[in-house]
Amino acid sequence: MNDNLQLNSDGKLKHFLTIEGLDKTLLTEILDIAESFIGMSDQQIKKVPLLRGKTIVNLFFENSTRTRTTFELAAKRLSADVLSMSIATSSTSKGESLLDTIRNLEAMFVDMFVVRHAISGAAHFIAQQTAPHISVINAGDGQHAHPTQAMLDMFTIRQVKPDFSQLRVAIIGDILHSRVARSQIQALNTLGAAEVRVIAPKTLLPAHVESLGVSVSHNLNVGLKDIDVIIMLRLQKERMTSALLPSESEYFKCFGLTEAKLKIAKPDAIVMHPGPINRGVEIDSKVADGKQSVILKQVSNGIAIRMAIMAMAMQTQGAV
Amino acid sequence: MLETDELLNNLEAGLKQLLIDRKLDEPLMIGIRSGGVWVAEQLHQRLGIKSPLGLLDISFYRDDFSQIGVNPNVKPSQLPAHIEGRDIILIDDVFYTGRTIRAALNEIFDYGRPNQVVLGVLIERDGRQIPLCPDCAGARITLAANQRIKLTGPSPLGIDLQTLDTAA
Repeated sequence: MNDNLQLNSDGKLKHFLTIEGLDKTLLTEILDIAESFIGMSDQQIKKVPLLRGKTIVNLFFENSTRTRTTFELAAKRLSADVLSMSIATSSTSKGESLLDTIRNLEAMFVDMFVVRHAISGAAHFIAQQTAPHISVINAGDGQHAHPTQAMLDMFTIRQVKPDFSQLRVAIIGDILHSRVARSQIQALNTLGAAEVRVIAPKTLLPAHVESLGVSVSHNLNVGLKDIDVIIMLRLQKERMTSALLPSESEYFKCFGLTEAKLKIAKPDAIVMHPGPINRGVEIDSKVADGKQSVILKQVSNGIAIRMAIMAMAMQTQGAV
Repeated sequence: MLETDELLNNLEAGLKQLLIDRKLDEPLMIGIRSGGVWVAEQLHQRLGIKSPLGLLDISFYRDDFSQIGVNPNVKPSQLPAHIEGRDIILIDDVFYTGRTIRAALNEIFDYGRPNQVVLGVLIERDGRQIPLCPDCAGARITLAANQRIKLTGPSPLGIDLQTLDTAA
C-alpha cells in the first residue's frame, strides 16, 4: 500500500487513510490541534471559518451512527457545506459503479470525501482515482483501518494519561474483525506505548497477530494485570461467517468485562469502547456506565479530532 | 531605539485615558497570542483589572488558511463564558496590516456580543491593509517595506527589528 499517498510533497497530510506510515510528530500534531478545537465548546457560536466555502461529502456505504454524525458535525463546525449520502438511497442501488458515483460527485465541485465502505482498501482506491485537489478521509474500510477512531481514542487516553511511554493498554475481544483494533495498535505503537496487549479467544485473533507489535493473552483474568487502559471491542456478528464462538453467554463469562474483572487492572485504569456497545455480551452495564468508563467522552472527542484531521487534510489544497 | 518600558508606560497612560473617555465599566482585558498576551499580562496588572485576563488564539480565524494551513502550535483560547455585553480591552503587540485584529474580532464575536471593544497595541507601524486601527499605541512608527518588527519575550520583553532580504 502506498503510504506516501497520504502526504503531499511537503510531507503534509493530504488524505487520511491509515495510521500506517504516519510518524509520531504528525500524530501528535493532530492531537494538539484537536485540543484547541475542544475549547470551542465555550463559544456561543460553535463554528470556526476554516473550511468556509468547501464542500464535503460523507459517502457511507455501511451503516454508522457515531462516525457519520460526528463527521457531519465536525465539518459543520469548520463551516464547510456537508452532504451526507446514504448509499442505500442513492444510485449505487440502481447499479452505478463506485467510480461513476465519485466522478459524478466530483462534477459537483466537491473538495473532500469521507468514505466508509465494507471492502478493505476502498478509501485508498478513491484517493488514487479522484481528482488531485480532492482529499479523502477513511471513516472505516472493511477489516483494514478506522484511523479517525484510533486518533480519537489516543486523544481520550492522553486527556487522562498524558505519557504514552508509561502505558500498558489492553485491547479485548474481536480483534479478528476489528479495523479499529488495527488502527489503535498502530497508533499506540507509533506514540510509544509501553505495551499493547491483545486479549481474546484464539478464534477471534488474526494469524500472526504478534507481528502487529502486540503481546497476546487468551485469559482475561491474567491479561488484565497491570493494565492502565482497557479497550473493549464489539463482537462483530455481521462479519462472522462461521461459528467462532460457542455462545454469547459463554463469551461474556470468559471475556466480558465485569466489575470484578475490572479490579484486576490498575485501580485508576480507564475503560473504553468504540461503540456500539453490546451490553451483557462484551461489557457489563455497571462497567460501561461506571466511573472508570470514558466511553461517552470518546464520542465527544470524536468531533474535535475529526475537525483537526479535516482541517489538516484541506490545508494542502491551495498548494496542490 | 524603542524601549519596551517606555512603550508600556505610554500605552498604560493611553488606556487610562480611554477607560475614562469611553466609560469602560469593569473591563475585560484580552491578549492575542503570543506577543499580545505578554503585553496584556503587564497592563492587566498595572491597570488593576479585576476580571482574569482572557487569552485569544486566532489561528482558526486567520484569513490565510489556504496559503499557510493550520498553525500546529495553536493553543485553546481562554475567554470567560460571558462576553455578552462586556467592555473589552483588546491588546496586541504590533499593529501592522490589521488582519490579525479582524480575525480576533471575528473570534470574540463568536463568544458573544460585547458592549464595546477598544484596541491597544504596543507599536503601531504603517502598512494597514484594511480599515481598522488601534485606539491607542505605545508608539507609532514608519518602517521600510522590507522591515519587520517583532516583540520577543515574555521576560524580558524586547523589540526585534529585522530587515528582510529584498530578494526573498
